[in-house]
Amino acid sequence: MAKNVLILADIRRQKLRNVTFEMLAAANTVAEGGTVSVAVLGSGVESLVGGLGDAGADTVYLVDAPELANYTPNAYKKAFMEAVRDANPDIIFMAHSAVGKDLAPVIATRLGAGQVSDIVALEGSGDNLTFTRPIYAGKAFTKVQVTEGKVIATVRPNNLPPAEGSFGKAGTVKNLAVSFEAQDLSTMVKEIIQKASTGVDLSEAKIIVSGGRGVKSADGFKPLQELADVLGAAVGASRGACDAGYCDYALQIGQTGKVVTPDLYIACGISGAIQHLAGMSNSKVIVAINKDPEAPIFQIADYGIVGDLFEVVPMLTVEVKKALA
Amino acid sequence: MNILVCLKQTFDTEERIVIENGKIKEDGVKFVINPYDEYAVEEAIRLRDELGGQVTVISVGPERAEEALRTALAMGADEAILADDPALFGDEFTAAKVLAAIVKQHPFDLIIAGNQAVDDGSGQVAVRLAEELGIPHISTLTKLEVNGDKVTGHRDAEGDEEIVEATLPVLVTAQQGLNEPRYPSLIGIRKASKKPLSKVTLSDLGLSAEDIQPKTTITETFLPAPKTAGKILSGDLADQVKELVSALKTTEKVIG
Repeated sequence: MAKNVLILADIRRQKLRNVTFEMLAAANTVAEGGTVSVAVLGSGVESLVGGLGDAGADTVYLVDAPELANYTPNAYKKAFMEAVRDANPDIIFMAHSAVGKDLAPVIATRLGAGQVSDIVALEGSGDNLTFTRPIYAGKAFTKVQVTEGKVIATVRPNNLPPAEGSFGKAGTVKNLAVSFEAQDLSTMVKEIIQKASTGVDLSEAKIIVSGGRGVKSADGFKPLQELADVLGAAVGASRGACDAGYCDYALQIGQTGKVVTPDLYIACGISGAIQHLAGMSNSKVIVAINKDPEAPIFQIADYGIVGDLFEVVPMLTVEVKKALA
Repeated sequence: MNILVCLKQTFDTEERIVIENGKIKEDGVKFVINPYDEYAVEEAIRLRDELGGQVTVISVGPERAEEALRTALAMGADEAILADDPALFGDEFTAAKVLAAIVKQHPFDLIIAGNQAVDDGSGQVAVRLAEELGIPHISTLTKLEVNGDKVTGHRDAEGDEEIVEATLPVLVTAQQGLNEPRYPSLIGIRKASKKPLSKVTLSDLGLSAEDIQPKTTITETFLPAPKTAGKILSGDLADQVKELVSALKTTEKVIG
């Protein structure tokens, strides 16, 4: 049975993130002839709407307003609900990102709907749509269905397959006028301090170079950062490194912290506590570098080098540079 | 200032998961306050100590969750409420409805919760609760300041730090780095057993089973395919590094 699907485009620093295209591809497999639309919300985001037809959207809802320059739940709720009114979706997808994670439960509550968070796969269609999602940060998984009403899901980046080729859909742009009132602006972003200096975000990174207690100091992260720069990777850390004050908690990967599934995870000086393994063991390829041959991280690593990270990592940087030249 | 804290009792993060008859085995598991909720409890106690008022901790969960609430009382919370009536259990939709019904019986200025639980990890309930109550929320805070009725939160947004303002009443959720939760003192533990802990049922909350019917159902719970240990490289270190890079490029095709 045809289902209408509405997606929230995931935008970071005025760019569409890949997960938007992953969601569009998924939407086209579950719509079964229904309409696929995408909502592009922000300020100065009009240039992002081109090409969304090829990516699988029949309709593109554009709300371009200064009030949407920074994400706030109530303003985004108002704008998104305008798109909901017009699209009348049976299924809503948002990214499991800073914005989607926060907005989806708001919309689900407004619609009295069930939500499945952080999905990594989906199967079936129509009323038999089943989502797979991690629990205990990936120590286990569940399959979940929404039993009645609208279906809302947040999608983990880098997991659903992107489309092969173009959908060649119309991508008709509908400008929605939204007037914001005081209650829509009940939270205000005063300032944004950009900390992720390299701009490669952990949750969407294809490659992550991660450090543990073995890095020994904040300075110890430098060789890891150099390797990450060469690979176009993000830098992460274990709880041990964060607790020791070597790096910001924003970098922490694990059951407390971020759960990541990159193509390549390079663990440097990380022993592999269960709570860390939960956050990264579903990475496609895992490399472990550790002095201790008994470290548990080697039990789940595809490739292991027993050695001092301060010796191995710089050598790796040189070798990767050669390989990429 | 009246502060409500929502907390969930979860497995300790060092626990392994075992599935028996399609369900996660709880026997012998060590339970703790969900680590993100522990930050919430700590923050509430600090704010109360600074500004005066009362901290009430609320949990929806089975009888064993009483232990987590007692721990929060031992840390310094003043009062606890446990919704342990199985008729109140369901999914995130259900939990938010139940919490909203409890909160409506308790005047508050501020609600603090963890940004997610380390078990289900869905991160829905607190945000849903704010929306049920019609109050603003600021999520994943690493710093919280309250000045009069003005709340300033430093929000972790994928590595960036957003400084967000709102006016009380407001709900905020805690992220790692918000504070360093205290261990309960011996005196705290002794006092905790005398602090009020009440239990609520479906009828106490004026809810009907229909109102809180879950919207989702779990059809299967399974463990990921076990990861097998791969190859420990050997030989001269320089050769190991060369072999690794070549494998990543040619065999795995994850670089280049």
